[in-house]
Amino acid sequence: MGEFKVHRVRFFDYMPSAIRAMAFNRQSERLAVARADGAVEIFNFSDNYFQEKVIPGQDSRAVEALCWVDQRLFSGGLNGEITEYDLENLKPRYTVAAYGGPIWTISSNNQGTMLALGCEDGTVKMFEVLAEKVQFQRNFDRQKGRIISLSWHPSGTLIAAGMMDMIRVFDAETGHATHRLLVERGVGASKSREVVVWSVAFLSDHTIISGDSAGKVQIWDGVTGTLLRTHLVTKWDVLALSVSQDQSSLVAGTSEGTVIQFQLISSTVGQQDKEWVRTRTFKNHSHDVRALAHTETAVVSGGMDTQLVVRPLLDKVEKNTQESSLRKIVFPHRSLVCCAKKAGLLLFQFPEHLELWRLGESEGHGKPGDSLTVKTKPEKLIQLKRKGEDHICCSALSPCGGWMAYSTVSSVRLYRLQYNNNNIGITKVSRLPKDLCSVHQLCFSSDSSKLFASSSHSSVIVVALNQQECTYLHTLKPKSSSRQPVHLLFASEDGKWLATANTDCEIHIYNLDKLKLHCTVPVYSSYPTAIAIHPLTSNLVVVHADQQIFEYSLEKKEYTEWSRKLQKLGLHSLWLERDTPVTHITFNSRNPAHIILHDMFMFCIIDQSLPLPEAKTLLYNQMTLRSVPEPERIRHSHAFKICKNFQVWSSH
Amino acid sequence: MAALYEGYTLCGLVPAQNLSHSGIQGIEQERDSDHVVVTDSTRSVTLYKVSDQKPLGSWTVKQGQSLVCSAVFNSQTKEYVAVSDNRVIRIWKEEDILLDKAFKATVSSDVWRVHCVHGGEPVVLFQRGAVRLLDSLLSAPQQPIEEILVQEEAIRWSTNIVAETQQFVIFTTEQKGDHFLYLQRLNPNTLQRYRLEREEPGLGPLSFSASYRDKHIHLLYLYPNGHVYQSVVSVRGLGTEEGTQALPLPRSLLLSLPVGEGLLEAASAMVLDEAHVAVVGVPHPSAGAGKDFLCIWNTNFQTLQAGKEMAGKIYGQLWCYSNKLFIPHGKTLSVIPFVCPKSSLASALGKLKQAKTEESKAPASVPSWNNILHGEKAQPSRTVETRKTRMSRKTQSTPSLTTDQVLELIKTAPVEDVEKEVEGLLSRSDIQDLQPSVGQLVSVLVSRSLTDPAFYTPSTLAQLVHTQCLCHSVCPDLVLLALEKKDYFLCQLCLQFFPDIPEAVTCACLKAFISMPDTDAEKASLDPDSVSFMETLISRERGQVGLQNGFSPTSYDEDRSDALSGGGDVIKTGAEDKKTTTAPSELICPMGLHKAVLLNEVLQTAYSDNFLLPHLKDLSSQHVVLFLQYLQFLYLKYSQDAFPQMHGLRSPSLTQIMDWVCLVLDAHFTVLVMTPEAKGLLLNLHSFVKSQVRLVSELGKIEGSLQELNKMKVNKDVGQYSIEIIELF
Repeated sequence: MGEFKVHRVRFFDYMPSAIRAMAFNRQSERLAVARADGAVEIFNFSDNYFQEKVIPGQDSRAVEALCWVDQRLFSGGLNGEITEYDLENLKPRYTVAAYGGPIWTISSNNQGTMLALGCEDGTVKMFEVLAEKVQFQRNFDRQKGRIISLSWHPSGTLIAAGMMDMIRVFDAETGHATHRLLVERGVGASKSREVVVWSVAFLSDHTIISGDSAGKVQIWDGVTGTLLRTHLVTKWDVLALSVSQDQSSLVAGTSEGTVIQFQLISSTVGQQDKEWVRTRTFKNHSHDVRALAHTETAVVSGGMDTQLVVRPLLDKVEKNTQESSLRKIVFPHRSLVCCAKKAGLLLFQFPEHLELWRLGESEGHGKPGDSLTVKTKPEKLIQLKRKGEDHICCSALSPCGGWMAYSTVSSVRLYRLQYNNNNIGITKVSRLPKDLCSVHQLCFSSDSSKLFASSSHSSVIVVALNQQECTYLHTLKPKSSSRQPVHLLFASEDGKWLATANTDCEIHIYNLDKLKLHCTVPVYSSYPTAIAIHPLTSNLVVVHADQQIFEYSLEKKEYTEWSRKLQKLGLHSLWLERDTPVTHITFNSRNPAHIILHDMFMFCIIDQSLPLPEAKTLLYNQMTLRSVPEPERIRHSHAFKICKNFQVWSSH
Repeated sequence: MAALYEGYTLCGLVPAQNLSHSGIQGIEQERDSDHVVVTDSTRSVTLYKVSDQKPLGSWTVKQGQSLVCSAVFNSQTKEYVAVSDNRVIRIWKEEDILLDKAFKATVSSDVWRVHCVHGGEPVVLFQRGAVRLLDSLLSAPQQPIEEILVQEEAIRWSTNIVAETQQFVIFTTEQKGDHFLYLQRLNPNTLQRYRLEREEPGLGPLSFSASYRDKHIHLLYLYPNGHVYQSVVSVRGLGTEEGTQALPLPRSLLLSLPVGEGLLEAASAMVLDEAHVAVVGVPHPSAGAGKDFLCIWNTNFQTLQAGKEMAGKIYGQLWCYSNKLFIPHGKTLSVIPFVCPKSSLASALGKLKQAKTEESKAPASVPSWNNILHGEKAQPSRTVETRKTRMSRKTQSTPSLTTDQVLELIKTAPVEDVEKEVEGLLSRSDIQDLQPSVGQLVSVLVSRSLTDPAFYTPSTLAQLVHTQCLCHSVCPDLVLLALEKKDYFLCQLCLQFFPDIPEAVTCACLKAFISMPDTDAEKASLDPDSVSFMETLISRERGQVGLQNGFSPTSYDEDRSDALSGGGDVIKTGAEDKKTTTAPSELICPMGLHKAVLLNEVLQTAYSDNFLLPHLKDLSSQHVVLFLQYLQFLYLKYSQDAFPQMHGLRSPSLTQIMDWVCLVLDAHFTVLVMTPEAKGLLLNLHSFVKSQVRLVSELGKIEGSLQELNKMKVNKDVGQYSIEIIELF
């Protein structure tokens, strides 16, 4: 098959941000996750937990709580504002000040008509949810301490509020407090410290469940206001609670990194009276669990250690299926690295800045398995800090290395890079076409003469670049009426084609010579996670979130023979069981039959000339092939050459 | 093992200002072991009831007068005798209130001390060495008193001993750094003078203690450098002539106590019995340099048996009356009960060596070699007392017998009574408290059983063995007695719990077990755990054939198809008849269940090859073949089945089985080679050895590859950046 020279780059110092809040939308099976840097991510649980949308953060926005109202997503933060997000354009739609100091919690009633906010100044504020905005309605009786947590009774008539040292129950109609439940402080030294009720849950049978900073999960009778049961679960804080939809199971996240499940079961078999019994403890986090979601089949948890953990409840899923395996989502499901092949440059995208590196060079040759001596070390050429409050949402580097662009939700910046000997000149291109203001994805053409930027309604703006200026050329629009953003762009090597993929799973091919839509690939139900067009055959290769691979001939406008064969045979089960999406596809210039693709843990070279692996074949067969003598290899080899030596962000 | 119990305070002290002196002159026994007379260093004498910690009477001489020695109690006349102002002898009774009104007599020479052994006549020892019986002195108080000691010679210590019928006054003197021992016999009077060997220059004995046993007087003395010497003087050999010449006194070093930093200052050693010495004012060997300890040492084994830290200053004073030590320390006089049971090697290994394991196991039971060598206890203690028994003990109100009474009872009472009382005693007290007496109980029971063939208490003995406070050396006849009485359950218990069964006894058991008829064995009720282990082993079907432990039953069948036919049917055993056609004979247990259980017990005892071999040779060839067949059966079972589920049950290990196979072969190889019946067996065993060799060589290979793997695994330090060549196939 062949030898490859691999640059193992470990200086991309990307650090994901801690998870602050979470909200699960049961209808659409979308999980919204807010991170400490203000970014909000949407995961699609029905499509292999793919991270389908990312709304970049903002310096001033610290999201403390998230809340779905139907398909609308609201957040409240320590800046005291309510934000509704525009999930089509991946940016905040509007913000409304609540005038109550930092907002600690936000909660909507079951009917989706009201939002209740818990504020620092001790008020519970009610906002009415209108079609286009939210409108302040009134304040509840003001309390002495801050309101840390809120939970509506499913009927919408009562609200439980967790505060310092107590829980208040409010009548949602009158705004008066009806009950005061005193929460006991911790023992010992913490006796003198106020206990914080970090989380409350109000169940339909008027049971109130609270989690507090003294490590207790307490069950209260909301009708009489009496304490029914105390479970001391940790020495530290119980930070988050989440109740299953049928209200028979409850999870509590602690600052020890554990998630503890309680279930409503009768203590003795056959008896009617059920009680909350501590059943399971999950330990998948190294630090505080700040946010929890209880889905139908799993417990989703996130916290300071930045990873999102989906822990299936084994009594709810079928054993030994893909659904029953634990999933940890550590890194973004999109590429934050851009590579200028010809120039040997790498562009790293951070929320705050960009880094441009030149790869090192090696000398001589080596045997497989060797590390070559690095003649010139990699060099950081530019660290470019972004301007403004908004975090970077996408970036691109031209293949020649002469252009660099990034975008935030509010603006696009384009830079001209010039290299003479060891000096790098960077010049901002000052006058950009005004259409180029809010884009979701950037991409340069292979000859670096054009910049493609995806914009609203799945359109793509084409901008022509020459020495000093850039001019607007055209806006490519799909025939469909999709309002979803384009999240993948790929310009073919020969400059003829541009492929786009949007979050409606549509893939459009544009002919760049004619600047018009060439065709639309039949829509497949799963998200495309990576697309690429073969430089010689002009076949489009698409990999989806469910790990399926398709090859589509642009000329014939149909799936290729190989693709059909692959679909007919089916992909190997081990391939389908991988839990990170393929984020990048490229091709081997020396062998046109090679498709190179990678996910987080491996890269794979698909040799289209070799037979496909069947269900019984060993998928990860490189070790076997290495150990058998040359003539026998052909018997064992198959199309998928997988190398797991590296964790992969990008490949070219 | 000797033990010190929790002490209690008898009275407070008024020590001298500089704490140089405890303020107590002496303690003497009064009418019985529970009453003592305490004389303080100035003017008063107090009578105490020890168990009540309460004074019963006190007498004081007038201000200005002083007592020169401790008052004694003359149990014949029920009178107290004391000496005040050097020459005034005072005698009074308990009912006398004022000492001044009591009898007084002034003698013509200064008195050193009055001594009176319990039941004996008081003796007066004058400062210049003369001795008078009190009666004869009082008949003529002003009689002239001769001078025995030369100028500059002064008495340092004295005591009074009754040997058989003879009364002795023993005292030591010091003259210019030389120390002498005087042995004064009364009626007829003889005096013998000995010179003590010199220790390092400048060191004089700190304390003396004398005892009489086996017609010899044993003198024990402690030097400041921690050496404890013993000198033995025969009572018989005392010359009748007045020896003016000081004989050299031979001595032997009994103990060399750790002294820590510097020399001992206030310390004292006291003989408790032939093997035990109580020492006060000497550091505890494992507790640093502090000297405020009371310790009991075993002189035979040089081991520390018990130690106790005493709060406050130790004055180097120590008295001992009937298993109670009286020790002044700080500002109190404490009474500390102790026991010194007869010691055995196992129990004498002592606390010093046990120190590190002591914490881990709750009841201080007999130390086993395992504990000492490997520091961990293999078996959990089974004598965990339940709350219930403790409760029932507390609520028991019927008068119960003490250990001593039970011991007496065992010697004469019928079996039922003995069983009842011993059981009662066991349930009443903590095993730990009882530990010393368990040994006594068993020895008395065993000796009664040996002398009286009708007397045997199996359940009581089993119960006592179960306490785990016993070892073989405490009751050397127990195992053989059990064998004689065919009490196989007791044998099993002994084999299980005794850490120190001699190889001869192990072999005797082995012989008895092999030769006994199966019917006898099945009658015995044995430890259910070990029985159930054997049951599972025997009942298990021949499982799937696999290569386990490097041994493949298939290849072994091929190896010796001839051996099967040759060896299988020659040896006639009971089990042979049960042979079925499905399983080969090797997989049928060659003996009954219970017999096998007992043999397993033998396999698990500790032994040393050298000591075991000569005894093994005594087995008859018939028995050897049977035993080897059994071992072969065990080996096959172990090799054939995976054994994880057997954990927790007491069972011999594969290594133990192999070791016994080797031992038996070693002992009887020539005989076996000549025995035609054994041919098949030997061939089988040969194949076992082969398979073991194969296993070891396979393990060697694995070890080699694992080591290579280890070398390979040296993690390349991947830096921030590297360019690597990979090859995909």
